[in-house]
Amino acid sequence: MKNLAAYLKRNPTLGIGMGMLLFLLLFSTVGRLFINPDDAYTQTMEVNQPPSAKHPLGTESQGRDLLTMMIIGTSKTLLVGAIAGGIGLALGVVLGFVSGYYGGVLDTVITSIVDIFMTIPAFLILIIIASALKGVTLGVTSMGLIVAMISWPGPARAIRAQVLSMRERPFVMMAKLSGMNSLEIIMKELVPNLLPFLVMSLSTSVYGGIMASLGLEAIGIGSRREPTMGMTLFYVQYYSGFLLGLWWWIISPVIIIVMTLTSLVLTSIGLDEIANPRVRSKV
Amino acid sequence: MRAQYVIRRVLFLFLVIWTAASINFFLPRISGRNPIKEQLGMQIATQGRKGDDAKLMEVRLMSLFGLDKPLWQQYLIYMGNVLRLKFGYSINNYPRQVSTIIIQRGRMTLPFIAVAIVISFLIGIFFGAFLGWNKTPKWVSTVFVPPMLVFSSVPQFLVALVLIYFVAFRAQLAPMGGAYDRTLTENFMSLTFWGSYWRHAMLPILSIIIVEASGWALGMRAMMVTVEGEDFATFAEAKGLKTKRIFTRYLMRNAMLPSITSLALRLGFIITGAAIAETYFQYNGLGNTLGTAITQFDYFLIYGIVIIMVMSIALVTFIIDMIYPLLDPRISYVKQRG
Repeated sequence: MKNLAAYLKRNPTLGIGMGMLLFLLLFSTVGRLFINPDDAYTQTMEVNQPPSAKHPLGTESQGRDLLTMMIIGTSKTLLVGAIAGGIGLALGVVLGFVSGYYGGVLDTVITSIVDIFMTIPAFLILIIIASALKGVTLGVTSMGLIVAMISWPGPARAIRAQVLSMRERPFVMMAKLSGMNSLEIIMKELVPNLLPFLVMSLSTSVYGGIMASLGLEAIGIGSRREPTMGMTLFYVQYYSGFLLGLWWWIISPVIIIVMTLTSLVLTSIGLDEIANPRVRSKV
Repeated sequence: MRAQYVIRRVLFLFLVIWTAASINFFLPRISGRNPIKEQLGMQIATQGRKGDDAKLMEVRLMSLFGLDKPLWQQYLIYMGNVLRLKFGYSINNYPRQVSTIIIQRGRMTLPFIAVAIVISFLIGIFFGAFLGWNKTPKWVSTVFVPPMLVFSSVPQFLVALVLIYFVAFRAQLAPMGGAYDRTLTENFMSLTFWGSYWRHAMLPILSIIIVEASGWALGMRAMMVTVEGEDFATFAEAKGLKTKRIFTRYLMRNAMLPSITSLALRLGFIITGAAIAETYFQYNGLGNTLGTAITQFDYFLIYGIVIIMVMSIALVTFIIDMIYPLLDPRISYVKQRG
């Protein structure tokens, strides 16, 4: 514990990022104890109420309590990101390792596919997927799964580059000479050495997943019922929240989103400092 | 520049468009929805479209896409249509063609996005170089880097939302939305129209600049620090060159190369981001049309816009790839290793 504190003092970026993330998690878990989750759905409150003792963050045009929406929505938005980022990273790890370690034709094919999918904006693919599936109810899980389908090219490319540089190191040579097979080398030598990098990639992928889901929800692709951050902003526009001057309706989701995204980016930068000692103290 | 490199990039350009078009073709068919029937049924029910009219429309769309033929023939017809930029009719605005709508809306979007990308890239490059320069006082970075980190990590539409509220609604310094004054007609020959256009484009452009310039400035700053550590930078200083020359010719020129690569990679993100932001500005451009098409499930319009966006992004990426060797002569473009 003392070591951790000492380390975070040297790497404040990581500390701030993780701290913010922890705060958001606490906000959405501990916060639940003080509210009635139904208030995020019921639509029975008075509409467009400014913040008051009864509604600390006010209510919106559908008669939902904003504080409740924020508490429930934060965890839902994080969940979408975690599902999308986790699966996207897993796919990226497999592709990156196969392509980087084995090389050859497989590498050429995978690299080309990754390059193509990095040029086609993920958001546009998501639109096609989501509109092709319109019959399916788009809940939090399915949103995460859909976003996961486009979350692999970035990690795949980054991990491939890392594996390439790692492959030529002496300790991999040693392992090869001592008769380990490729799978063993990957699992016992490469993965442990790349672990900090993989954790950083996870943070980046979760960030990417949340960005993608926010974009989709902001134009109305998403669960109309769930109080996720993106849908909240969609309804601000849908009910012309600006024209009515409902600042409390805009400010809360904006703050939560900024905190979520910033915390993930800071965590990535902080972890990068561990994973990539060369950038140490330059950031 | 070698011919081989150019050929590879052209091939890549077509591969990107082909992949996007194929996704467009196969995904909806896997889902088994029939958007034409679905939409027409709804239109007959809610908007009083006549049965005969709908029948005629269905026949036209069917023949245009050859939907009664086997799948592989459909695919060939579809690819032919994509190459000739024929995207069929908008279901909701029948009989308007998708390509006409794209041109009409696209010309509202294109000028402001192009201007925004160029401005934010230039600001990002120069400001980032200034921040990373070892002769810049330390406090400048301390003041500017944290907010830039936040701006570069949020989506454009979020910045747009805040700008709309504070700048347009509260301070009333800019129009709340729309692409031009309602009293004007869309006339690209008239100066008053352009004036109104740019006044309305101000906030969308600003929202792109805030997000993108921050990102590029941060990247540029990091690169400057790396380049400053290189031997040639020390050598240039030792030679006693003028500071200005070292800054522009030695440091900036080398540090900006990764930024140009990331410009190519970021393009898609900027354009789709602006498309989302457009819906918040109720800006009558391509992005807003895409948003409306999605909510109305105007199938052909969605796919037409998606393909056009992919095509233009792939094309600009291609152009950047062609310019790149001119900026970095070290790149020989023989077959890359690894």
